[in-house]
Amino acid sequence: MTTTDISPVDNGVNVEALLGARQHLTDAPEAAQFKWRASCEWINGTHNRSSISGFAGLGEEHTHRQTYTIDSDHPEIFASEDNGPTPPEMVLAALASCLTGGIATVATHRGVKLNSVTATLEAGMDLQGILGIDSDVRNGFDGIKVTYDIDADASKADIEAIVAQSQKRSAVFDVVANPTTIQVEVV
Amino acid sequence: MRTPVVVIGAGQAGLAMSRHLTARAIDHVVLERGEVANSWRTERWDSLRLLTPNWMSRLPGHHYSGPDPDGFMTKDETVGFIEGFGRSFDAPVRSHVRVERVSARSPGFDVVTDRGTWSCDVVVAATGASSEPKLPPVAAEIPSRVRQLTALRYKNPGQIGQGEVLVVGASASGTQIADELRRNGRSVTIAVGDHVRLPRMYRGRDIYWWLDTVGRLDERYDEIDDLNRARRLPSLQLVGTPEHRSLDLNSLAASGVRTVGKLMRIAGAKAQFSGALANLVANADLKQNRLLNLIDEFVLERGLGAGISEPTRPAPTILGEIPTEIDIARFETIIWATGHRPSFSWLDPSLLDHRGRISHDGGVCATPGLYLLGLPFLRRRKSSLIDGADGDAADLVGHLHAHLDQRCRV
Repeated sequence: MTTTDISPVDNGVNVEALLGARQHLTDAPEAAQFKWRASCEWINGTHNRSSISGFAGLGEEHTHRQTYTIDSDHPEIFASEDNGPTPPEMVLAALASCLTGGIATVATHRGVKLNSVTATLEAGMDLQGILGIDSDVRNGFDGIKVTYDIDADASKADIEAIVAQSQKRSAVFDVVANPTTIQVEVV
Repeated sequence: MRTPVVVIGAGQAGLAMSRHLTARAIDHVVLERGEVANSWRTERWDSLRLLTPNWMSRLPGHHYSGPDPDGFMTKDETVGFIEGFGRSFDAPVRSHVRVERVSARSPGFDVVTDRGTWSCDVVVAATGASSEPKLPPVAAEIPSRVRQLTALRYKNPGQIGQGEVLVVGASASGTQIADELRRNGRSVTIAVGDHVRLPRMYRGRDIYWWLDTVGRLDERYDEIDDLNRARRLPSLQLVGTPEHRSLDLNSLAASGVRTVGKLMRIAGAKAQFSGALANLVANADLKQNRLLNLIDEFVLERGLGAGISEPTRPAPTILGEIPTEIDIARFETIIWATGHRPSFSWLDPSLLDHRGRISHDGGVCATPGLYLLGLPFLRRRKSSLIDGADGDAADLVGHLHAHLDQRCRV
């Protein structure tokens, strides 16, 4: 794998810029310190709206091109109004987005043209946990199954290697798979 | 005391350098904190054998010549082999001399020891890659009730209580220790992070025969893509046994060792393990197959017919139910097999970079006259193997000799 050649395939990922950033942040580790932010406002019932706008990195503040909002709620069988996906579903979407973006990046870096990539995710949950019925049951997922259907100009082994590498360098995969300290305060 | 060259450490690397210095009639001493092959005497477990077959024990002018070239030396045989190497050219080893400080003076260096100070023009640090254990931050969170020891202090199952054992790390050390404890009746859990899986034998030959034959071990530090990564790579999941058996997560599971992901933290009463194990295992299997493909292609091209059997691939790693939390109270003992790092605490801070590390180019340090030897991938993939000592020492002695000549002319 050589990093000096310009990749001959175009999956819409600017790999050269990413490699440049990698080199830059190796030399200037303080610029690699990022802060990701979100806010969330209660609307009514279990319906709330998260907003995502600004973040910090490369030693300064940044804003997205626009403020993005995501509504979340619970479905009608939970006696809610179903104004949006449930938070656990948003976690699945975040995981899928992160892995899929990673697949495009790794594939481009490896000179593999992607024709189509589809992820399907499923996570089991025993509601006896969040409902406090059984204290031995955890609140969260009992496991997550991600299935990728990928059409690309590469062998099955090469595609599997791209998917494996994407997991290895995925932020959300790490956030979900590994414990993270969470501090919740009230001001 | 004055000598042109001080070599620190009388293991295979320091002695290989001494052999090359002797051949060039360059006066020197080899300072050794204990006796020749000290870490093999004092910091290895009793049953350990070399990972490389006997025929690969090749030092300058001193090769394995016993009856079992395909076997694996025991720890004591390895000590004997390295001792024999030192004797073969009457290496000027000063045993039981502990180096306390090396500082630059102009010109050359002062090497302060517990038996006086040497002044010299050149220092070769050959103190080994495994001077101290590399422990993850979670080690500080383990309750004091749990007995902890590192692979450097592990000797045999007799040291370990009858209660459950958690072995952290799945490179050669971790898998071998987990295997030995399980065979001795302990309940063993192994926490598995990044690892390198390879079969002991492939197509009728030892995996090291293949790595040597296809040229993988001779790959140079200035020719590979990601040198930092290559230098940090954990040791191969291998064991040297008379049966030439493979050792991997499948064989450990078959013997009843429980597999979990990387140990991440202690939360209350629970030890929490990473849920990313399936990915690490898939990666290890993919990389194993990539190397075996390379071997198959090599056989096709070169037509190495005689003695080469048909390819049989190791079974994919099977993971059963993998818990991500276990009560820490279940474990009586934790053994850390999370790798080692060299120690240069005896080097004057002015010889280190701002991160406290020595910057060097293939063992040639930024400070003229200071050299490193015997570290992982120092100059070649085999740099930290016995078989890698000769080539690296031969390379560096040329540079060193030129440096001395230049000094004399000034």
